[in-house]
Amino acid sequence: MLSLLKRIAKTGIVTEPAPGTDDMRREIDRLQDEVLNILGRALTIREVDAGSCNACELEIHALNNPYYNLEGRGIKFVASPRHADMLLVTGPVTKNMENALKIAYECTPDPKLVVAVGDCGCGCGEIGRLFGPNYATVGPVEAVLPVDVKVPGCPPTPIALMQGILAAVRTR
Amino acid sequence: MRFHAEPIEFTRQPGVGAPIWRGQTADREDWLRFAISVHRHAGRLCALWGSDERCSGGGFRVHAVFALDEGWPYLTLDLPADDPVYPDLSGIFAAANRMQRATYDLVGIRHDGEDRRPWLRHGGWPADWFPLRHDANHPPAHENLPSDYDFVQVGGEGAHEIPVGPIHAGIIEPGHFRFTVVGERVLRLEQRLGYQHKGIECRLASADFATGARLVGRVSGDSTVAFCWAYADALEAACGVTPPPRALALRALLLERERVANHLGDLGMLGNDAALAFGLSQFFRLKEDWVRLNAQVFGHRFLMDSIVPGGVAVDVEARHLAAIVTQCESIGRAVKELQRIYDEHSGLQDRFLTTGPIDARLVRELSLSGMAARAAGVLLDARCHRHGYAPPPPWNRLAVRPASDERGDVAARVAVRFAEIYEYLRLIRLLAADMPAGEIRGTVEPVAGAAGVGIVEGWRGEVIVGVQLGADGKIARCHPHDPSWQAWPALEHAVLNDIVPDFPLINKSFNLSYSGQDI
Ligand code: SF4
Repeated sequence: MLSLLKRIAKTGIVTEPAPGTDDMRREIDRLQDEVLNILGRALTIREVDAGSCNACELEIHALNNPYYNLEGRGIKFVASPRHADMLLVTGPVTKNMENALKIAYECTPDPKLVVAVGDCGCGCGEIGRLFGPNYATVGPVEAVLPVDVKVPGCPPTPIALMQGILAAVRTR
Repeated sequence: MRFHAEPIEFTRQPGVGAPIWRGQTADREDWLRFAISVHRHAGRLCALWGSDERCSGGGFRVHAVFALDEGWPYLTLDLPADDPVYPDLSGIFAAANRMQRATYDLVGIRHDGEDRRPWLRHGGWPADWFPLRHDANHPPAHENLPSDYDFVQVGGEGAHEIPVGPIHAGIIEPGHFRFTVVGERVLRLEQRLGYQHKGIECRLASADFATGARLVGRVSGDSTVAFCWAYADALEAACGVTPPPRALALRALLLERERVANHLGDLGMLGNDAALAFGLSQFFRLKEDWVRLNAQVFGHRFLMDSIVPGGVAVDVEARHLAAIVTQCESIGRAVKELQRIYDEHSGLQDRFLTTGPIDARLVRELSLSGMAARAAGVLLDARCHRHGYAPPPPWNRLAVRPASDERGDVAARVAVRFAEIYEYLRLIRLLAADMPAGEIRGTVEPVAGAAGVGIVEGWRGEVIVGVQLGADGKIARCHPHDPSWQAWPALEHAVLNDIVPDFPLINKSFNLSYSGQDI
């Protein structure tokens, strides 16, 4: 236990509104304020992997590491779409996930936001083209759901994801 | 070369990759007998797939990669176009079951066994349409309705079912788990996977080499280096190209960096799933530092597209090698400290010890490879000197020391991850200190009709890519195989008799790929 506390003390607070410019820092710091202003409370996100390679998920996981500390900023990932303000959807939507994705969307209370993540989910760039519709996939997220904001990248960086989430909140 | 006096003649695949022995037959009896003989000699079934050869005047073909102590026999069986049925291997190797069912879903060639349930096809395309046939063209109009699946029913007093998924509670890939429980205790788990199936093999057909690399590098995002290396190995063997020594050393450096990144993330998640959120934030911080250096040195946080046929796409400068060595030292120190905390934390150990066990017998029965096999006392690692072959370069000059543990439970998979991190850090330091000079990439000229197989020890286990080129020199058929195919059934066994709330922890201790198996 003692070593655990020591380790915590040694690590200190690494949460950085850092890497990047001062603009970026201010941008991330504003995130929580903006979310609170617009929604009047914390933002809840249900992540749905509708066919990704899992690298997009690795970056979404990274959002909760101490550097980005999304939960600490009042943005929480929740287990059920019924508790969510936003769906964060990755992958070229597979035929085998199409129905489950639609159900998750229907279960999310209005007004809801949808953010498409990754070149596959957005249908952009070379990767979006390589993972375009075929016998097994329906296409990008917007082929199935109305999408508010797209976050391209293969995978998008945590910073890009944070900006995308903020951009979606701003549309309200 | 013949294995165990079986009639099939095998020849060693050229090239510097893992030792692969190619053989072929058109005799279904030979196929069956060879599989039995591999099993009798404690071998494994590593991969199985099908192809349509009717364009080139043949019928259909089944491909299997086995493992023996001498290396990997790669056997193909030719089937007539009008009777594409082959002997069921699932009675010999349990791992054959799902691979054979997937082969039917995609190519329409059938094994002669009992289990005819679809595996990758849910309701998205018609049952009599096969995407990997040359004449498949576009799928016929078809309504994508949710499909039923014939789960094995378990009766008995007090037994009830808990269906979970495909969408799970966390940020995780989709899959369906059907638990049969009595009280809290798990009597049976049956998985239904395939939700991530995105037709990658179909996308690979007629791709050029560069496009193929991008696709294969996205079969399973956490193993992109291993897949790209296996793919490059396969093409280089097919086209008779040897990558320059610097490229091979850089590939190894990239692969070890991929392993460390995954282990750091998993150790954090495992702490978290056992209620130590401290572990998650500490390990995720280390992982973030690690992948940031990846981005700085190699241009991508997860190292995607770094390995290309012929060599590597990125070179490293001396100052970057120095930064890599320094980072290994600091990460190594931090992990040691965290390991002490994990080891001394009675709450964690209580959750880890004896939870989710598998034993060496089961490992063999399921043809399991990699980290989970080593954590159950089966020391398989294609990079080390313990087998009946010399490991491929650059491993042959590194003397890899594989970690293992006899216990086979979550605690063992945690312990092996810790031990492996130290070893990987040592290997990275060795590679960085002794990086050969010279070119990083040769050209790979396509050889029409050539074929090759590449095998790389990824962080989870054996990653295999089989490639067949067409008359135009482009990819005719490419099959990427993730070790999760073999490991998913092990998870079904590991949860038996544990309680449902332990499932997330046990699942995370394997951390298998859905996308890699669903392709
Ligand atoms: S965008 Fe890239 S990282 Fe994300 S799912 Fe697609 S291939 Fe994977």
